Amino acid sequence: MTERIPVVENILNANDRIALDNQQRLDEAGVFCINLMASPGAGKTSLIERTLPALSDRMAIAVIDGDVATSIDADRAAAAGATAVQINTGGQCHLDATQLRHALDELDLATFDLLIVENVGNLICPASFKIGAHTSALIASVPEGDDKPYKYPGMYRGVDALVINKTDLLPYIDFDMAYFRRGVELLNQGLVTFPLSCKTGEGMEAWIQWIEERTAQARNA
Amino acid sequence: MHELPVTENILDISLRHARAEGASRITDIYLVLGELSSIVDDSVQFYWDLISEGTIAEGAILHFTRIPITLHCLTCDARYTPSGEDFACPQCSSERVELDRGEEFYIDSIEIERKPDHDKTEVVEA
Repeated sequence: MTERIPVVENILNANDRIALDNQQRLDEAGVFCINLMASPGAGKTSLIERTLPALSDRMAIAVIDGDVATSIDADRAAAAGATAVQINTGGQCHLDATQLRHALDELDLATFDLLIVENVGNLICPASFKIGAHTSALIASVPEGDDKPYKYPGMYRGVDALVINKTDLLPYIDFDMAYFRRGVELLNQGLVTFPLSCKTGEGMEAWIQWIEERTAQARNA
Repeated sequence: MHELPVTENILDISLRHARAEGASRITDIYLVLGELSSIVDDSVQFYWDLISEGTIAEGAILHFTRIPITLHCLTCDARYTPSGEDFACPQCSSERVELDRGEEFYIDSIEIERKPDHDKTEVVEA
């Protein structure tokens, strides 16, 4: 005789609990944390390289880089002036809360104001795994195509800000901005967007200002 | 691909609940997965067979209930499953919509066999 036992427990419960712990640690240290997600090649590292010099005179910034292998991205962030920690996920397609916890151990958190976490390049899995960041941003780049919100709804749904990178390429690419924005709006109403080009620097000010305001809000909260 | 850690979580949660019930064996596990949860059933089953070996959950059958995406139109209150990539409301064409279902990712229940000497009701009556 078998018996049916109700469980009703989220499969990622353990991860979510550790994510909460991470956020608490960051709160106690007064660090505002952004989870930066995108497909490979969208410009996560380039955006970080552009962002660091614009903010480094006003706040202390650390970068945690998640990659399947290599430390290329962390090296680039360090060269741009940040304290950088590399996480090699060993094949895993996303960062999870436990990996972030170990990376936090390597930082003297109290000495930082802002932590930027560069997630693994992937438009699917990182959306499912909370890490404990206060806010999340997705970078879309126009060469990826205007249909991405429709194809990757999970990712577009779960973020607090959207950077639209490589706008300098718009004249050369069939990218219907209205169609793209309609898809975004269907999934995530009123999502704040930052069209910009990491190459030319056009549009960077609004993004920088958003980070600055969010970090200041967290500090005063 | 993150089905291995996900499958390990399924095993951990199932074993914990089974132990609390004094189970001698888990025969079935009922999982609820929304379409947006990006999990491949076959991969979970593949890892399951490997990692459940030697536990009381070895050989348990995984049952997947897939929950399709359901959207709620904030303009006309309709609830619908979008066809293809167009998420707009089929009744009023509104683009003011919110997700109602489709992100679920949990273990609903497990089917267990009990050890005769760990029957809960007996313990309570004793």
